[in-house]
Amino acid sequence: MAVKVIIPTPLRAYAGKQESVEVQAATVGEALLALTGKFGELKKHLFSEDGRLRSFVNVYVNDEDVRYLQKDQTPVREGDTVSIVPSIAGGARN
Amino acid sequence: MSAPLRIREKLMRRIHAHGVETYPHECCGALLGSDGDGTREVLDLLPLANRRNDSPRNRFEVTPDDVRLAEKTAREKRIDLIGWYHSHPDAPARPSEYDRDHAWPWYSYIIVSVQKGEPRDTTSWRLHDDRAGYDPEAIEVVANRASI
Repeated sequence: MAVKVIIPTPLRAYAGKQESVEVQAATVGEALLALTGKFGELKKHLFSEDGRLRSFVNVYVNDEDVRYLQKDQTPVREGDTVSIVPSIAGGARN
Repeated sequence: MSAPLRIREKLMRRIHAHGVETYPHECCGALLGSDGDGTREVLDLLPLANRRNDSPRNRFEVTPDDVRLAEKTAREKRIDLIGWYHSHPDAPARPSEYDRDHAWPWYSYIIVSVQKGEPRDTTSWRLHDDRAGYDPEAIEVVANRASI
């Protein structure tokens, strides 16, 4: 299934400066794998060293947060839009 | 080192005022502006609520819904979401390890130190491509002009 992955502005430099990338995938996990397969530089910004999605990286299928669906097993259909949306965090002391 | 981040004086004052208003808690907000041709300029701000209710004195958080709101606000103004600001109450205007661990590349991160309720140093930072550290980004405060 062809799905469109929307790349957030801070990561476009690592995805050929594109706002969106089309990949073939049946689940959200496959879509992200296909994306990082095409653009290896994205990997360290999306996944931690143990291979898990970073806590401040949020993934939506159309307008639904996949955390409330089936996470990386969430199925995607032809024409779906997968959006990578940052959350922002920080603070003064470690 | 990248080109300086330009910001109008009145916008910088608004960031300082936000840090004073929320002291001793951290404030946060979005930097909306332009990026291109070697220049980056803050043209507007979107102050946001700090969602870290459990530890607002030394943490801030902007939810994905607020990020999407900031992106939409920028699009409506035909400018870009170019970064974020937050305050460090009674702490230096330097990114912490926690800041680095949670940062995104490309964005400018303005930090204002608020000491005993008074705004002090203000700095800006950009994350390295390899996530290993930050580069300081010079801030150029420019005279006010008509708003966009």
